[in-house]
Amino acid sequence: MFLSSNPQLNKHGELHHLLSIEGLPAAILWQILDTAQSFVGVTQREVKKVPLLRGKAIFNLFFEPSTRTRTTFEIAAKRLSADVINLAVNVSSQSKGESVLDTVANLAAMQADMFIVRHGQSGAPYLIARHVGEDIHVINAGDGRHAHPTQGLLDVFTIRHYKKDFRSLRVAIVGDILHSRVARSQIHALTTLGVPELRVIGPKTLLPSNVDNLGVHVYHDMAKGLKDVDVVMMLRLQNERMQGSFLPSPQEFFKFYGLTADKLALAKPDAIVLHPGPMNRGVEIDSDVADGSQSVILPQVTFGIAIRMAVMSILAGN
Amino acid sequence: MKIHIKNGRLIDPASGTDAQQDVFIAAGKIVAIGAPPQGYNANRTLDASGLVVCPGLVDLAVRLREPGFEYMATLESEMDAAAAGGVTSLACPPDTDPPLDEPGLVEMLKFRAKNLNQARVYPIGALTVGLKGTHLTEMAELTDAGCVAFSHADAPLTDTQLLLRALQYAATFDFPVWLRPQDAGLARGGVAHDGQVATRLGLAAIPVCAETVALSAILLLARETGARIHLCRLSSAEGIDMVRQAKHLGLKVSCDIAIHHAHLSEMDIGYFDPNCNLTPPLRSQRDRDALRAALADGTVDALCSDHAPVDDDAKQLPFGEAETGATGVELLLPLALKWAEESRLPLAQGLARITSDPARVLGINAGRLTPGASADICIFDPERYWKVEAKALKSQGKNTPFIGFEVKGKIRCTLVEGQVVYEC
Amino acid sequence: MTKPSLPDAEELLAALTAQMRPHVTAQTGLVGIVTGGQWLAERLHRDLELEVPHGSLDVSFYRDDFQRKGLKHQVTPSAIPFEVEGRDLILVDDVLYTGRTIRAAMNELFDYGRPASIRLAALVDRGGRELPIAAQFVGTMLALPAQYNIELKRDAQGRLSLALQQP
Repeated sequence: MFLSSNPQLNKHGELHHLLSIEGLPAAILWQILDTAQSFVGVTQREVKKVPLLRGKAIFNLFFEPSTRTRTTFEIAAKRLSADVINLAVNVSSQSKGESVLDTVANLAAMQADMFIVRHGQSGAPYLIARHVGEDIHVINAGDGRHAHPTQGLLDVFTIRHYKKDFRSLRVAIVGDILHSRVARSQIHALTTLGVPELRVIGPKTLLPSNVDNLGVHVYHDMAKGLKDVDVVMMLRLQNERMQGSFLPSPQEFFKFYGLTADKLALAKPDAIVLHPGPMNRGVEIDSDVADGSQSVILPQVTFGIAIRMAVMSILAGN
Repeated sequence: MKIHIKNGRLIDPASGTDAQQDVFIAAGKIVAIGAPPQGYNANRTLDASGLVVCPGLVDLAVRLREPGFEYMATLESEMDAAAAGGVTSLACPPDTDPPLDEPGLVEMLKFRAKNLNQARVYPIGALTVGLKGTHLTEMAELTDAGCVAFSHADAPLTDTQLLLRALQYAATFDFPVWLRPQDAGLARGGVAHDGQVATRLGLAAIPVCAETVALSAILLLARETGARIHLCRLSSAEGIDMVRQAKHLGLKVSCDIAIHHAHLSEMDIGYFDPNCNLTPPLRSQRDRDALRAALADGTVDALCSDHAPVDDDAKQLPFGEAETGATGVELLLPLALKWAEESRLPLAQGLARITSDPARVLGINAGRLTPGASADICIFDPERYWKVEAKALKSQGKNTPFIGFEVKGKIRCTLVEGQVVYEC
Repeated sequence: MTKPSLPDAEELLAALTAQMRPHVTAQTGLVGIVTGGQWLAERLHRDLELEVPHGSLDVSFYRDDFQRKGLKHQVTPSAIPFEVEGRDLILVDDVLYTGRTIRAAMNELFDYGRPASIRLAALVDRGGRELPIAAQFVGTMLALPAQYNIELKRDAQGRLSLALQQP
């Protein structure tokens, strides 16, 4: 069984794959955040590139379509002077084409150095990581509902940029936690970095059972849940992941769990608002909040590139 | 052929025997236990010193994958596996392709199996045509062809009126009906137990109520109709409580659990091990402990392997996409022994759950060592450890959560009708 | 073999400052390589009374030994608070040895713009060059056996000193 060792770390305890934030020691999270800080400076220069990963072949292996995430990984890799190859693998449940492992084996034979994997099934990157040679690194760009570690990291990087010290923060995550890999990664990152109070807010249908085992306080009433928080993290309603009746309608969801200006007013006056994007305006979040002064949604995107550059650099050097 | 099994520790749970006694076989039957009959001259002597001699094992669920799933495994390989596992009588679920819903298919399966001269195969017939849940099968014809019970395997049976009619019809002829309690709607889309592991790993969940809601429908309809019901593969503490209550009320109900659920829980999924993708799912440690206790106190009548060989291509996939099921017929004995030892129960009780008790559930004359009975015998070394690895398994399915484990209890010889079908 | 004795860093810095004074202007950009070069740049910037704020370079992303050693744990952000394009720059480092760090620093500087010139000030030149790199301003030349490393230290009062590190 696969309980023996952490598949993400090599025998020196250094990061070998980035599959999930869960199980990573805080020291590695700090290293990623600190390295990303340097890359922010690079992205602000005239020449936005460094030669660090020159000649490395990075394959974007996306089994689930995504333009945003794929593009940011591509930009990050190119800013490290790496060569990027994009593969959109068309997977329908009906067609049994080449299996995941066959696809990966073929690419590895083309001297790939790194795979960035997005897949609709939780755990797919672990299967891939178990089957690649020891010189190949795997980064999870989102697997099913399980994890989206680079998103979790860029979110905590953004929080650190505006709030400095995690140990005095009250953070609320709002929305479809059940189907959200972003939420799970955020929860692990925030608890590892020492956030003392982490809240999740949503209707019972969108909160997984035993979620409090992850170290969060559960709220169904958004007004109570947002009171005095420093950071509000909105989640996307995962329409494509919802099969079955979780909600009667987006309108009803917005009424009780959408972030409007007056709900935001219950949080601290200097609270910041995050969203992983793309936003469903009028469903999770009101336009005037999304575009307002407390929103840090656009900086999240910039920081996302620096975080991904940091992750790729650290992995490639280990 | 006259075979004398000497110096073995004879354990026959049905009669309560646990003693050093020899066994004498002639013309395919046990002719004597203890002392040889007069004028007995053995053609062959098996020295069972240090070994246990017990009834051949009876396994309530062994998928032979024929007809239809020959790419996963064949009749030959799985019957070899059963023999290597000490199993001399096995029940085969109807979820073949096509399902066992026609007498011709059942006869063919019995014929092919009989020609292999290994374990006795007892087909479980399909309850509905094609297992589609809309029309009853010709249960009487299927019984004539050799079916000993009727089941819906893992196929959903959503029409409760049809279920009622099926139970009424079966009750008319006293045909046993075997049902897996899983509500199709509540289990829909799920791949793992609705607990802390599925939450952390982001796996679609199957709540306990998928089992208990289905159980309550089945038990109430059983009471209505007086049908004889066997519940296949219980998985939860709450489900066990309901069965216990039903038995207390006098319902004609029996149940089994699979070897995996007697030992493993959701925690064993680890980093998405697809070998732990099982139906029903591995539930919490509390559920597992309740199943173990129920197996001890008899609420659970039998332990079975729920043998489901799956080819590597279908298993080495992301967890939610992997074909469900585990190979297990060769692990039935060691895992039964492990349960008994850990529960501090006598060896005989562990063996009862895989010999006389499942024989009783199946309604067959097997699982006991008495003079006059067919010489279906299992001889094993209770102290010998062996490693569960691909090359050690005869089944074509190497998909087991126990891969890499060392287990205790090695089959040394299996006899069916007085013929040695396996030895090592 | 007896341990080599080391010169006084403060004295060397005074000598370096005196060498550089005739060659700096109001537009000169001083850039220190972390960490030792950065401390020196701070002191030089003050003592030479330069107008343009000094910059610092980390060079981690330009080193030629990334494949062998990976990224160091504490990468600090480089900061160049002036326009590099067309400016005369002076790079400052504590110890000049193989020349590889200076090569990386120059590559990094060129990604900020095209300087008019780059000169190098080093507190200690210990020889052993592996690339064609030379310093225009040197505190002292110091021959050291290969197994020794020297580093610059700074105490709580800001006083600089050289220390020997046996590998």
